[in-house]
Amino acid sequence: MSERPVHGAAVRLHHVTRRWGTSVALDRVTIDVAAGSFTVLLGPSGCGKSTCLRLIAGLDEPNDGRVEIDGRDVTPVPPAARGVAMVFQSYALFPHLNVGENILFGLRARNVGKAERTRRLRDAAEMLGIGHLLDRRPAQLSGGQQQRVALGRAVVAQTPVCLMDEPLSNLDAQLRAEMRREVLALQRRLGITMIYVTHDQTEAMSMADQVVLLRDGRVEQDAPPDRIYAHPETTFAASFIGTPPMNLLPLERTAHGLTIAGTTTPLMTGRPDHRGPLLAGIRPETLRLAAAGIEARVTHSEFLGADTIVACAVGAGAARLLARLPGRARLQPGDRVAFALDAPPHIFDATTSRRIVHAAETPTRTATPVST
Amino acid sequence: MTRSERREAVAGWLLVLPAAALLAAFTHYPTVATLWRSLHGQALHGKPPSFVALANYRAMVKDPVFWQALRNNAVYSAAVIPLSMALSIVMALAVDAATGARIRGRTFLRVAYFTPTILPMIAIANIWLYFFTPGYGLIDRLLAPFGFGNWNWLGAASTALPAMIVVAVWREAAFYMIFYLAALQTIPPTLREAATLEGASRFTFFRRVIWPLLTPTTLFVFVNVVIDSFRLIDQIVVMTHGGPDNGTTILLYYIYEVGFQYWDSGYAAALTAVLLAGLAVVALAQFLLLGRRVHYG
Ligand SMILES: Nc1ncnc2c1ncn2[C@@H]1O[C@H](COP(=O)(O)OP(=O)(O)O)[C@@H](O)[C@H]1O
Ligand SMILES: [Mg+2]
Repeated sequence: MSERPVHGAAVRLHHVTRRWGTSVALDRVTIDVAAGSFTVLLGPSGCGKSTCLRLIAGLDEPNDGRVEIDGRDVTPVPPAARGVAMVFQSYALFPHLNVGENILFGLRARNVGKAERTRRLRDAAEMLGIGHLLDRRPAQLSGGQQQRVALGRAVVAQTPVCLMDEPLSNLDAQLRAEMRREVLALQRRLGITMIYVTHDQTEAMSMADQVVLLRDGRVEQDAPPDRIYAHPETTFAASFIGTPPMNLLPLERTAHGLTIAGTTTPLMTGRPDHRGPLLAGIRPETLRLAAAGIEARVTHSEFLGADTIVACAVGAGAARLLARLPGRARLQPGDRVAFALDAPPHIFDATTSRRIVHAAETPTRTATPVST
Repeated sequence: MTRSERREAVAGWLLVLPAAALLAAFTHYPTVATLWRSLHGQALHGKPPSFVALANYRAMVKDPVFWQALRNNAVYSAAVIPLSMALSIVMALAVDAATGARIRGRTFLRVAYFTPTILPMIAIANIWLYFFTPGYGLIDRLLAPFGFGNWNWLGAASTALPAMIVVAVWREAAFYMIFYLAALQTIPPTLREAATLEGASRFTFFRRVIWPLLTPTTLFVFVNVVIDSFRLIDQIVVMTHGGPDNGTTILLYYIYEVGFQYWDSGYAAALTAVLLAGLAVVALAQFLLLGRRVHYG
């Protein structure tokens, strides 16, 4: 493996629909996964992530649409012939086989020669640091070790595509962070295409080349992590990414510009050429205490070590505003504070929940000059 | 021993006592009594049976019916044990697959397979007596188009024992299928999916995963089917009375005949002793040979 890297294959879901009775798990989903990329399918529980993976693996069939791997339509191809390996959330290790036998199960089923099997097992065991565990049964392993064995089983198959369904969700926080780095390093080293499912946005942000955010069986946004963070296309994307999540506050059009409903300080001068109610999206980490600005009343504050999360009430409806302030912000509930913004707010259409591209973002459009 | 350890030991013995007492009263004592009884003759005209030492056993060696019962039992066991186990696994796999596929009416399917276990023996006997009826029974009617069709299945020496075997396999397989089904349903479906992705055929998956994971169940079923095959009697009593010409007389039925129809309880006790000794040897061999190769989850 280290000597002969496997090359990743591109994976494409094209207008894929999967229904069970009247409930639609995936609704005309199109996803393009570049060869050799680390792509994360992200979304809340029940949004259709596992269904996507199972369709790619061939463990399930779409009602409509097609699945392509390496440019080939594999929709009618059985799982074993698709060139994909999968790591299951439950690991799916065979309880009666020891670690070595578990890892080699597929190679034996495919009649790979003994010498080759031995070589691949040795490489995988070394790569994953499980050489000393080969004779143990899964029941005699810790969760992290079982996870490595499951990875080993996927690695020895040397398939161009590897699928992982919430592989780290059964591990404790520290081990999860460690395995995150290892899985990523492994993917880089092997050069395979990784399609990784998680509901944890931190995992997605820290590992992915490309994040596909799913919601209710539809693709909400498909972008690299920095793009999805900086330019969330919808309020859902805005609030799903980032800790704490982005503040979404109703806006009011005033003579001075747009203000949070019930406050007087304009968030931005000028106005987007857009009718209908608007929402401002403000990342907690872009707020900073200032002498004047958005006035708010502190309701709660939580010291996290490196920073403090301050919850405030703003405006007419006492909407909740979270701010992430560096260090220990000594604020008491009831304190009056004012915030300035380090970055322009995101503007969303409150009815469609979609992002409104305003002039500041599109320098070519000069119809509505805005300075922030 | 500390005081609390001593108290625990006493409590332990007290807890075991009721079960041990029942076991002794209804299993161990009768066994010993049977052995003792087998050394005595027949009780005639109200006189207590006389001590005859090993005379009953000597008579047994020369008793052709005993040897025939033994032979019949060997044939019966050799057929019923593997056939009913194989059939119970096949039926369990079928029902399990149907459950996985969420087909309609899987409950009905399960009930259908399990029916022979719920039915009382008399009902079963009636069903099969009808099946086996010469001329207009189900089997003869099915065979009629092929030129057969008037055969006395239970009355002919060549088919009576095989007919008994068929009925027994039907009953046993239906009962033990439930155990296999329960075991199959504890196997996570992701194991099959993982194996499928790894390129394992259905057969490979069965041989390398399902079968090993079923080993504890197989051992349990095997022990019970073996014991059952020496304990069969109701079916014979109801359907053939051991006939024709002792053709379906197996060991326990012969004991019943000797003990409760000829009232030779000494000889019946001796036959029982032989049966018990045989079962003990079988049980011991099973646990010694198979015990080591079992995978307990
Ligand atoms: N085998 C199934 N039968 C019926 N509904 C299913 C089945 N598998 C998934 N679903 C439904 O499809 C939706 C998406 O499920 P899934 O892909 O497992 O979500 P996720 O992995 O994102 O949590 C859910 O509403 C779920 O209830
Ligand atoms: Mg899932």
